Amino acid sequence: MFLINCPYCGERDQQEFKAGGEAHIERPKQPTELSDDEWAEYLFMRKNIKGVQFERWNHAHGCRKWFNMVRDTSNDEIKAIYKMGEKPPAQ
Amino acid sequence: MRNKYSVFSLIKNALSYHENWQRAWKDPAPKKEYDAVIVGGGGHGLATAYYLAKKHNMNNIAVVEKGWIGGGNTGRNTTIIRSNYLWDASAGLYDHALKIWEGLSQELNYNVMFSQRGVMNLAHNLQDVRDLKRRTHANRLNGIDAVYLSTEEVKKFCPIINTSPDIRYPVLGGTLQRRAGTARHDAVAWGYARGADAMGVDIIQNCEVKGIKRNGDSVEGIETTKGFIKTKKVGVVAAGHSSVIANMAGLRLPLESKPLQALVSEPVKPIIDTVVMSNAVHAYVSQSDKGELVIGAGTDDYVSYTQKGSHQIVEGTLNAILELYPIFSRMRMLRQWGGIVDICPDASPILSKTSIKGLYFNCGWGTGGFKATPGSGDLFAHTIANDEPHKLNAAFNLNRFVSGDLVDEHGAAAVAH
Repeated sequence: MFLINCPYCGERDQQEFKAGGEAHIERPKQPTELSDDEWAEYLFMRKNIKGVQFERWNHAHGCRKWFNMVRDTSNDEIKAIYKMGEKPPAQ
Repeated sequence: MRNKYSVFSLIKNALSYHENWQRAWKDPAPKKEYDAVIVGGGGHGLATAYYLAKKHNMNNIAVVEKGWIGGGNTGRNTTIIRSNYLWDASAGLYDHALKIWEGLSQELNYNVMFSQRGVMNLAHNLQDVRDLKRRTHANRLNGIDAVYLSTEEVKKFCPIINTSPDIRYPVLGGTLQRRAGTARHDAVAWGYARGADAMGVDIIQNCEVKGIKRNGDSVEGIETTKGFIKTKKVGVVAAGHSSVIANMAGLRLPLESKPLQALVSEPVKPIIDTVVMSNAVHAYVSQSDKGELVIGAGTDDYVSYTQKGSHQIVEGTLNAILELYPIFSRMRMLRQWGGIVDICPDASPILSKTSIKGLYFNCGWGTGGFKATPGSGDLFAHTIANDEPHKLNAAFNLNRFVSGDLVDEHGAAAVAH
C-alpha cells in the first residue's frame, strides 16, 4: 500500500489504481509472421524483476487514464512516473 | 544413525530433561561438488531432496537455502490441503500429493499433524452453483471424493455459518471434500529435512545463490555466498524468487510475483472443526490446534517482493468473514503477514526441464502450493533423476506456453488466485 502521483490527478491512494504489468512490451508489428516461440515470449514471458521495474498503471477509480511508472519492487518505492508515449527516464 | 522418534524415546529423553535429543539435521559446509543441488529449502525443495535420495539413490546432493529452512512460503501459508481441482491434469497432480499426505507422518517418523477435517467450498450465486456442481462431477470422474451440499447441509456441517437468505452474498450451496484438511506447515519442512539428512543430503542454510554458471547450453554449477559449488543438475524451487534465479541463467519465465497475505486471530476454544473456503467473497477460514482462526486473504495485483501487502486486501477479507460468521464480530486479530507467490498465467504450476541442460524449475504454484508439497517433491525428483517428467507432471511443462496447451485452473479450481 502506497501513494501514487497520477500525472493527471495528483497524489492518490494506490487502492484507486489498477496495476497493468510490465511496460514497453510492444505488440508485434507483423503478427501473422510470428513463430509460436515469439508469441509465447510476447504473451506470457515476463521479467518479473526484483528491483527497479518499468510498469503500466491505470487510475481505474479516478481519471481512468493509463501511465507508466518506474518502481523498485523490493521496497515498493516509486522512482518516476511518466505519461504514455513519453520516453522512459534513464536508469 | 538416526534415532527413531517414539514414546520410548520421549520417556528416555524426559529423564535427561530433554537436553540430549539428537540433532534433527546437521549443519554442514558445502562440498566442492554434488550430483545435484536443490535451490530453495522450503517444503517442496526439501521433499525433492528427500525423494531424490530415497527413490532415485542420489545421496550426494545438497539443498541450499538463503535463509533458514521453511522460513519462506512454507511457514507463511494457511496449511490447507485438498485435491478437488477441475482439470484432469491438476486432479492427478494434487490427488497424488494427497495420497502421500495420508501416510506421511508414518513414513517420515515425524508428526506432520495431518488432519482430514474436510474442506468445504461455498457457492454464493447461480454461476457458483453451476461451477461447483460441474467440479464435483469432474472430481468424481477422476476418483476424487466430492459431494455437493445444499444450503441446509452446509449449515449442518458448519453451524456457525450465516445461511440467512438476506445477506449480501447468501450461501446457495457448497462442495465438500472429506479427505481434505490441514497439516502443520513447519513440521513438513522439518520432517523432510530430517529424513533427507538421514540419507546423506547436505542441508546448507544461510547460503544464497548469486549466479548460475553455464557452459554453453548446460549447467556447470552455482555461485553462492558460501562459494562455488560444482554440479551438473540444478533444481530450482524458489517460489516467489524463481524469476530472480531464472534471470541469473538468462531465462525468462511466465511468472509474476505478488504479495499474498494471511492473518490469525487470538486463540479461542474450538469453534470451527473444518476448513471453509469461499471464492466469490474471498474468505478462507480454519482453526489451528492452538485455537487461532487462520484466515487467508488475497493477492495484491502488482509485482512486489516486499512480503507485506496492502491493508485493504485484509479489510475486504474480514468484511466477508464477518458477514458469513457474525459470531466472530468481536474477535481480535493477533498477527498478519505476507509471502511472495509466483503466479503463472494459467494459475497452474511448472515442474519442468528448461532449454538449459541440467536446469530444472519447480515454480508457479501461486497461492496454493502447500497442499502439493509431497507430490511436487516426488514428481520433481523423478524429473531431475530421469531428465524426463513423470506422466503426472508432463502437462506442467514450460513448453505449454508455446504450444498453447495450458492447464487453465484460473477460476476453475474453487479459489480465486
